Formats: sequence, structure tokens, C-alpha cells
Amino acid sequence: MSGWSVTEPSARSKWIAGTLVVIYTVITLLPLVWIISTSFKSGPDSISYPPKVFFQPSLEGYVNLFTTRTRLGAEDFAALPPPETWYERIVRQQGMVIAGPSRFGERFMNSVIIGFGATFLSVFLGTLAAYAFSRFRIPLKDDLLFFILSTRMMPPIAVAIPIFLMYRTLGLSDTHLGMILLYTAVNVSLAVWLMKSFIDGIPREYEEAALIDGYTRFQAFRKVVLPQAVTGIAATAIFCLIFAWNEYAFAVLLTSGKAQTAPPFIPTIIGVGGQDWPAVAAGATLFLLPVMVFTILLRKHLLRGITFGAVRK
Amino acid sequence: MTDTPADRLARATPPAIARRVRGLGDRAIAWIFVAPTIFLLLAINIFPLIWTVRLSFTNFAANRPGREVEWVGLRNYERILTDERIWANMQTTAHFLFWTLFFQVVIGFALAWLINRRFRGNDLATTLIVLPMMLSPAVVGNFWTFLYQPQIGLINYTVELFTGIPASSFSMLGPGGLAKWSIIIVDTWMWTPFVMLICLAGLRSIPDYIYEAAEIDRASKWRQFWTLTVPMVLPFLMLAVLFRGIENFKMFDMVVLLTGGGPGNETLLASIDLKREAFEKWRTGYSSAYAIILFVTVFGLASIYVKALNRVRER
Repeated sequence: MSGWSVTEPSARSKWIAGTLVVIYTVITLLPLVWIISTSFKSGPDSISYPPKVFFQPSLEGYVNLFTTRTRLGAEDFAALPPPETWYERIVRQQGMVIAGPSRFGERFMNSVIIGFGATFLSVFLGTLAAYAFSRFRIPLKDDLLFFILSTRMMPPIAVAIPIFLMYRTLGLSDTHLGMILLYTAVNVSLAVWLMKSFIDGIPREYEEAALIDGYTRFQAFRKVVLPQAVTGIAATAIFCLIFAWNEYAFAVLLTSGKAQTAPPFIPTIIGVGGQDWPAVAAGATLFLLPVMVFTILLRKHLLRGITFGAVRK
Repeated sequence: MTDTPADRLARATPPAIARRVRGLGDRAIAWIFVAPTIFLLLAINIFPLIWTVRLSFTNFAANRPGREVEWVGLRNYERILTDERIWANMQTTAHFLFWTLFFQVVIGFALAWLINRRFRGNDLATTLIVLPMMLSPAVVGNFWTFLYQPQIGLINYTVELFTGIPASSFSMLGPGGLAKWSIIIVDTWMWTPFVMLICLAGLRSIPDYIYEAAEIDRASKWRQFWTLTVPMVLPFLMLAVLFRGIENFKMFDMVVLLTGGGPGNETLLASIDLKREAFEKWRTGYSSAYAIILFVTVFGLASIYVKALNRVRER
């Protein structure tokens, strides 16, 4: 584009705006940078005053995250053979020995299983329902859509009480299946609304042409609409996954051992005299990093996702 | 090419009938596609909700399933609505709600306005700014307790660096009245990008020719801002406030890990109080009534708000 425009901001105003936004960006990212840098600090470095910006990097946090450790008496400790592995050496430097693996790996896997299970189910159900809402005349359509959205307004604790009782009766408490169903129920409203906004954007003419060519409605859906909706499905899936991944209230109330996910677990990582901050930060880093990557992949659809499809760019 | 009578008949049949013969009708498919979702929501949302309503009229306690359950009528509701402690929690919730929305709207709008100057790298900045809101509020909330530590925390240290107030002389999460602002800071840090993104969409939806016309009319930039930019972004801004309002009314995870409702009851938001009543004191009947009151409040406020929003949109 060439030529002068009244709506194009001046170079000076761009420069000022850019500087202010960069300042905000740096400040807002500082806590995240601090999480990642703390995860590479040793225990004493993490709690030094003044806070250390430059430090000797250490994998102590990560080792502590994945192990449980015990302290031995001074004589027993001195009598130990030299450490065989790098992680044993790191634990010995803290004056302890490895007692066994921690539960972090398990909790992380629970998050993966429950997150992907719930995402698959909610996107599957949501896509079908969204297609029907987008293409067919359904009695009370707007009321049904609003009903689906309104389930999202309930405070989780409000439904947690009967769900707790229901799951206890059905034997679903603290199971993967129970959590998958629950997260699906919470996510499906997002999946329906978001997928509807994507499917509304696919011209009907493609399907109509396919129907005239002799496809059944179901074939037209599978072979014409679904391939066109792939981007929407992927974006919806990532949003559902991030929600299930981050969820805390239901997880802390309805799971205790077997099916507990990472968010209720990470805050309980205790070291000597309080929380073991490098280990907490290491857990947080491993847990948050995938979401950061997904957010960057998702940036074009972010707006649509967070508004349930109400605002499209 | 042979043309059998069957082929001719097939071509003559209207597609609608042909479809019904060859596969499921549209209506059947519509129901098959919608039913599982509705069924799931009925089973895991509506059925529990009805159950909560029923429990709210009893004195049931989930940790004592053997005890005889008594029907107490509206007594739970009466006790909650006349309890001063509950009203104090509602005030705490309102304080949190008001100030988080206020800061998020002001900072979010300002950021969107700046980013809309379209300087080089604005896309990258947007993506980076958005990161906090996508992260787990529980995990992040927990880590903020570390940033807020009086002795070793980054926040107190930064305050000391810039103002000279000794870092150990105040505690962001401890007694002294700062805690209810500390949770507002974290929420604002986390969710300002949400308001910003929606405002940015609003700003980008304003066509250039409107400003060009205003320029020809010699309207000042200040006037253009108040008579064009603000009214056109308002519906978007209100939508953002609706989403954040509902979410923050339900706020549980981030604050429970930051303060647990303390010190004392200073940051005891309604959801946290409800969790204590339901899962620590096990007053199931009482907390069911509490839950219903909260749900009706959110739902009522949201409905009124949506009406106002629609009126602004129609203008």
C-alpha cells in the first residue's frame, strides 16, 4: 500500500505504543520466567535474599520432583558407596539418599489420559451436535443451545456435591472414567458452540452438491463437511484439552489417589520445612510448557475459542 | 452407455425422497447427533442440579450416610440469608469481582488500543501477552505464593528496590489487609489478556472509512476516540466483562491456592466458603442450599446483563 492515509498511525505513535507494550510484555512474562528459572536452581539458591537472577544451574528441582528421599545418620551416610548415577549424586549433595520414585510421573500420566480421553469424547459429541444445530431445523434450537451454554455457568462446587454422592454410589469416584465423563460434560458446551461457529462458516453448497451426486446425508457429513472442518476440530480439541489439563476444583474434590491429576498434586510437593520450590517449579514447568506450545499454535483461533465462537476474526 | 428404467427413475426422484430411501432422514440424523450431548448434560449437569435442590431442603450430611435424613423445608435458605458471615463473604466476592473487572477492563482496553497502532512485532507481543491466561490457575496460583513470600519473594524485593520499603516489613498474603489486593493482582495478571484480545477484535472491526469521514469533518482525535472508538468497542467490552464476571464469581482454584480464604476470612470468596461447608464441615444440606443461592445469583445477574448487552448491540 502506498500513499498517505489518515488512519495509519504516525511513526512516532507506533514507536511509543510499541515501547509501552514491550514493557508490559516483559513484566507479565516475568513470573513465568521466574518459574522456569527457579526450576533450575538449587534449594539454597531458590530462597536466597536478594533473589538470584544469575546462578549455577542445577537439576536438583527435577531430580527431587521425580524422587522421594530420606536422610541417613551421619555414619551410615559416610559409609555409602560413591553415587553411581548423576541423579544420585545430586541427591547426595543435599545430604540425602533416594528412597524411591515420587508420584509425579503417575499424576502427569493421569492428566494425559484424562485430558485426551475427555477431549476426544467432547469433540466427538460436540462436532455431531454442532453439525445438527448448524444444518437442520431442530425444534427449540435456540433454547437448547442456550441450555447447553448455561451448564457452564454453574459453580463447579455446586454440582460437585451430588456428583460426589452419585460417583460414590456408581463406583466412579477416583477413576479415570469418572473424570473423563465429568470433564466431557463440562467441555461439551464449548465444543458445541465452537464447532457450530466453524461449521456455520462452511458453505452449505458443498454438501448439497454431494447430496445431488448421490451421497447420503451421513456420507456428505463424513466426506465433505469433516475434511473442511479439520482446522476447527483441531482448535476445539486444543481448547478442550487445555481446560481438562488445567482443571483443579473437581480434581481436588473427586480424586485422591488413583486418578488424581497433576494440578492438585504439584502444590503438595513438600521439601524440608515447607514447599520444595525448585521441585514445585520443575513440576510447574513440565506441566505448563505443553500449554504454552499449544497456545502459540492456536494463536489464530484464540479469540474464537475464548468467546465460545461468539467473536470471530 | 445403457440407460435402464431404474436409472431414469432414480434421476426423476427428487433428492429428498431419494435420500430417505437410501439412508437415514435428516430428522433422524439430527436427533442421533444431538441426543448424546443432551443426554450427557442431563446426566452430569441437570440431574445433579436437581439433586442439589432436593438436598437443600434436608439436613443430610454426606459423611454420615447412616443418619436419618430430615426434611427441613426452607430452613437452610433462611439460615443462609440471615447469616451475617455469608453476607460478609458476598461482600468479599463483590470486592474481588469489581476490582478485577475494573483493572482488567482498563488495562486490557489500553493494551488493545496500543497494539492496534500496528507497530512492527505486534502479533508476537499479542501471543506472548496471552500466555498467562492459558495456564493452570492452580499451578500458577501456587507459585505466586512463592513470589509473594515476605523474605525471599520477588514481589516484596521489587517493591523494596523501587520504594525503599523494607521487603520483610509487609506480607502480601499475611495479616495487614493486603491479601485481598494480592488476589486481585494475580487475577488481573492472568486475565487482562482475555479482555485485551476481545477489545482488539472490536477495534479491528471498525472500518477505516469511518475515521476517514470523521477526519474530513475535522473531528479532533479526542472526539473521534469518545464518539467512534469507544461506542463501537463497547459491545465487545461488555461481552468480555460478562465472561470474566461469570468466571470470577465462581473463582475457586487460583485463590484457594494463594490464600485458602485467609488470613482469617479476608479473602474467603463464596466458592471457597461453599467448599469448606460442603467438603470440610460436611453440612451437605446446608451447602446445597448455599450452592443453589449462588447459582441463582449468577444466572440472574447474567440474564439481566445479557439483556443490557443486547440493547447496546441493537443501537
